[in-house]
Amino acid sequence: MHPAISIAGLNHAFGEGEARRQVLFDINLAIPRGQFVILVGASGSGKTTLLTLLGCLRALQQGRVGLLGQELLGADEETRIACRRRLGFIFQAHNLHDSLTAMQNVRMGLDVHGIRPGADAAAEHALRLLGLGERLHYLPANLSGGQKQRVAVARALVGNPDIIFADEPTAALDWESAQQLLDIIRLLATERRTTTLMVTHDSRIMALADRILTMEDGRLVRDEAVPRA
Amino acid sequence: MTALLTRLLGRLPIGWLQLRHNRNRLIAALAGVTFANLLIYMQLGFLGGLLNGISLPYASFDADILIQASDANTLQDGSPLPRNRMLEALAIPGVAEATPLYIFKMDWKQPDGTIRTLDVMGVDPRMANFRVAEIEAARPLLALSNAALIDRGTRNVPPELFDEIDAGRPYRIETANRSVNILGSFRIGGGFGADGVMVVSDQTFLKLFRNRTAGAPNIILVRAAPGQAIDPLIARLRAALPAADTAVRSVDEAIRRDQNFQTTQRPVGIVFGFGVVIGALVGIIIVYQVLASDVADHMREYATFKAIGYRQSFFLGVIFEEAVILALFGFLPGTALAIALYAAVKATAGLPLEMTGSRMLFMLLGTIIMCTLSGAIATRRLAKADPAALF
Ligand SMILES: Nc1ncnc2c1ncn2[C@@H]1O[C@H](COP(=O)(O)OP(=O)(O)O)[C@@H](O)[C@H]1O
Ligand SMILES: [Mg+2]
Repeated sequence: MHPAISIAGLNHAFGEGEARRQVLFDINLAIPRGQFVILVGASGSGKTTLLTLLGCLRALQQGRVGLLGQELLGADEETRIACRRRLGFIFQAHNLHDSLTAMQNVRMGLDVHGIRPGADAAAEHALRLLGLGERLHYLPANLSGGQKQRVAVARALVGNPDIIFADEPTAALDWESAQQLLDIIRLLATERRTTTLMVTHDSRIMALADRILTMEDGRLVRDEAVPRA
Repeated sequence: MTALLTRLLGRLPIGWLQLRHNRNRLIAALAGVTFANLLIYMQLGFLGGLLNGISLPYASFDADILIQASDANTLQDGSPLPRNRMLEALAIPGVAEATPLYIFKMDWKQPDGTIRTLDVMGVDPRMANFRVAEIEAARPLLALSNAALIDRGTRNVPPELFDEIDAGRPYRIETANRSVNILGSFRIGGGFGADGVMVVSDQTFLKLFRNRTAGAPNIILVRAAPGQAIDPLIARLRAALPAADTAVRSVDEAIRRDQNFQTTQRPVGIVFGFGVVIGALVGIIIVYQVLASDVADHMREYATFKAIGYRQSFFLGVIFEEAVILALFGFLPGTALAIALYAAVKATAGLPLEMTGSRMLFMLLGTIIMCTLSGAIATRRLAKADPAALF
């Protein structure tokens, strides 16, 4: 079976000519399925850029990236869209659609695979898992910041993604909600071999991960397994 | 509504939910579409009234073929014809009858001092000249000296006046030269050129207008012999009559020519056509404004949908969904208002504005195209929604 993510000789630069600035240097990495990996590093070290490349949100420039067996170098937009549909994104901002209810927002994460019977039940289940059973038909305007973020998490997870990319998702979550999210991530990892790559600086979360990667100035400088107690 | 659209579209009706969410924007958009609809309806109404008004007098003639002066563009303009053309026409095989028709404008001063303009038509009262039963029935009266029949549809004349005439009390019009007695009424209906039509005998006509002579009518009405095909007869007449001063046309052809002339060469027609274009532009701009600001307000959400894996076609679908909803919900009040306004204009100005099914269908399709066009321009902004900028 292919690893979830395999990276070899990945470089990336922004700008052109005089303004060209390389932000990722020779990244090499393999992440097997089912791992919960945390990415840390100073601001500007290239964590987000790496996530957008692995998330098929940006075209690769140089190096090879295999995502669930699909080579991303030179992949066209259609291939990238197909890849994205197997991923779940949790952004810092919730980016919920203001005219859609919590249920409808979550449905958007499912309907991308085509309308299926039972979609509403699945959306409701995802929201209940995140403690939002009482808020199913609320518009985002009537939810608290933490609740909105949890709706966004439900939207990312409802489609049963193979890989979850999360960029500081807990910034807007209280510790209880963050723990719910981590419980779900670990449940998915054991039940469905779902892989998670998360950028966070929360040391309480780091203790729960399988592996911690550290970036510095665009380079991967440390790759440590978290000792299991 | 949401459930219906969900079934119709096979997905959540994001466009509808989004429009409904921002009430002010929705109301502004609908007001814009309604206004554009109303504007175009009024222009089309006037244009239709103009075209219809042009055709009505022609259609009232009991004739198969018209012989007009070659420089005539409308019923009223153009030089008079030599009366000889009538005799020449009668000599052509297949012509059953040919009779002269004289036309001139007359001012009719009302008791309140205002003036109505009448198209006075002089005809030979021994012949059937009109397909209007009331005129035919009153034809013996026309033979009386100074007798006249008037169009009940004449604008801005109190209807009681016509009621009086129909009740058998003649109405007398004094002019500079003479007076005429209106003995009866009929209904042809007119357009924008004159307020109404008056029919008199050729003798009365020549007494009313001293500068006109019996030898120079405006039109010769030609009736074909029973069973005679019209087109070959027109060809024979054209061959026989000098094209330098005479034009031979079927009634339909004469109507089309007149309508074409008045809508492309006369200011009224051009203004109405221009108004339709302006109305469409107003609609397109307002709908574009609404859809474009809607896209601008949801850039991050659209970018998120892109990250989730939605294709460009999904976003186009949402914008077009909004466009069609705006079109439908703007069309309905626009049409209702236009029907009311048509009735109001008809009642107050006497202009023949009629709502037709084909015009409503035209407007519905036109509105959908208009809104879709706006949507198509607005979607160009979607390209800026970049999912890589979300993290
Ligand atoms: N779209 C962009 N255009 C130009 N430079 C960028 C862009 N995104 C990020 N950068 C630069 O790339 C470097 C890495 O940024 P980023 O990946 O966001 O780091 P991190 O997420 O670790 O803070 C930074 O110096 C940043 O200024
Ligand atoms: Mg970052």
